[in-house]
Amino acid sequence: MQVLIALVLSMLMARSASAETIYVSNEQDNTVAVVDGATMTLQDTIEVGRRPRGMALSIDKKTLFVAEGDDNRIDMIDLARRQVVGRLPSGADPEFFVVHPDGKRLFVANENDNLVSVVDIAAAKVVGTVDVGVEPEGIAVSPDGRTVACTSETTSMVHLIDAATLELIDNLLIDTRPRAAAFSPDGKQLWVSSEIRGTATVFDAATRAQTGKIEFEVPGIRREGVQAVGIVMSRDGANAYVALGPANRIAEVDTKTLAVRRLYLVGQRPWHVALSDDQKRLISANGNSGDISFIDLENQEVVKSLPVGRGPWSVVIGP
Amino acid sequence: MKTHHALRALHGILQREMLRTLRQRARLFSAMVRPLVWLTIFAAGFRSVLGLSITPPYQTYVLYEVYVVPGLAAMMLLFHAMASSLAMVYDREMGSMRLLLTAPLPRWYLLAARLLASVIVGLPLVYLFLFVARFWDVRPPILGYVAVFPALVLSGLMLGAFGLLVSSISTQMENFAGVMNFVIFPMFFASTALYPIWRLAEAGPVLATIAAWNPFSSAVELIRFALYLRFDVVSMLVVVACLVVFFLAAMVGYDPGRGLWSRRGGEG
Repeated sequence: MQVLIALVLSMLMARSASAETIYVSNEQDNTVAVVDGATMTLQDTIEVGRRPRGMALSIDKKTLFVAEGDDNRIDMIDLARRQVVGRLPSGADPEFFVVHPDGKRLFVANENDNLVSVVDIAAAKVVGTVDVGVEPEGIAVSPDGRTVACTSETTSMVHLIDAATLELIDNLLIDTRPRAAAFSPDGKQLWVSSEIRGTATVFDAATRAQTGKIEFEVPGIRREGVQAVGIVMSRDGANAYVALGPANRIAEVDTKTLAVRRLYLVGQRPWHVALSDDQKRLISANGNSGDISFIDLENQEVVKSLPVGRGPWSVVIGP
Repeated sequence: MKTHHALRALHGILQREMLRTLRQRARLFSAMVRPLVWLTIFAAGFRSVLGLSITPPYQTYVLYEVYVVPGLAAMMLLFHAMASSLAMVYDREMGSMRLLLTAPLPRWYLLAARLLASVIVGLPLVYLFLFVARFWDVRPPILGYVAVFPALVLSGLMLGAFGLLVSSISTQMENFAGVMNFVIFPMFFASTALYPIWRLAEAGPVLATIAAWNPFSSAVELIRFALYLRFDVVSMLVVVACLVVFFLAAMVGYDPGRGLWSRRGGEG
């Protein structure tokens, strides 16, 4: 019986095996957890600066950038050595940032200074700043690299920045306390989540007109408990996944109809989510329960929740 | 005891059990509806009760519906065992039990056959319930439905042996209300069927201890683990040990020479 079970388990594991490594920033532990994607086990923790939150891979996927909010810098982790090998300036209190598709620049939201800082990676220098609203938070870059979108939590706006001239193109009003911004893979839509209202607003990226809004609801949870935070979109643009914070759920949204197809129960207070390269697996970083949840999108079920440290905030999937 | 003779007896007993069960449409219907009522109404009110902790064999956070299904499957076995033991008291009153026990086969064999027949007849409903539960998004791995079979049989036998013991002690059908109050309800409620141990421990350490020692908890956990392709050795040992003890005790109860039966004047 035991042998049979072991055999079956190993078969199941082999089926879902993927040579992926998952990186999770632990905001309160000042570490980045390294999780093996195939076995879903914690492999390593890398010491980084204080209050690591936003993370992103370099274009060549060899370096992981980690924003250290309390150290006012961005650490560079060499993924082969699993060590911090360099530092970048970031401006004050970096929370979230994106790597520009040119691979040379980072756009960083400086939460306390109401700025977006542009960092040249090779020169390790801040090469420009853009004034935005109060408490900039989420940041996204359009697939063509022309536009950078930055949300400001207190101003409740998303600011659109020309990535070349660093001029503000437009400011769009969003529901209270906008968090994450995401462009659709074809660059035609911009999605912005609102934490307090528990909504995601969809804009036409070209005309900048609002084309839709999703009001998230979770049965059995009062409205204030449903807050929209991190957003990730599938590569084919068909699905968007939105973390619902204290509702402990990840919503799967049909991007055509804007209908919420499914709600996945994950750990407590998921902040951000990431999709595997094959788009078959979604991983959420759950801030309050100190774990990450693996969601099998093919079978539409949460497979496992794995403790990774205190205050998981963002998650990045690398090779 | 010749093998073909023994098999014929088993076949006869099994057939009788099956016919009896199939004729009791109302009982079949209520046996199916009972766990579904629990699942739809009771579980709905407790949806977020378990949102705080991961309890093995689950590897992630589960909704209460998911947690309660193995307990409800065990509840079906428990009610089935008790209904079957009620039928045995009825058989005793009607005299058909004497007829059975006078067959030229060992008493233990006849009672074991009766027990096995009762469990086999009860299993299809449990499976039906487990499949219906998929509509409530309770979706264990497909192989779990195979792995749970021995767990269901063992648990069913253990609870059936307990019912056999109860029927050997209980003299009249009227006593059965007492059995419901003092056996079935405490066994079901003070177990891990409805709440995990840690939740019970929050309510009171005594309750948690009772639940931990309750053999019904072991049956529930054996089923729960098997359904998720895990093997709970301790629960299995407890279930097997209880099965042996209950069955031997029932043997004594049904022995006209020694048991309670003779003391009561051997009315069967």
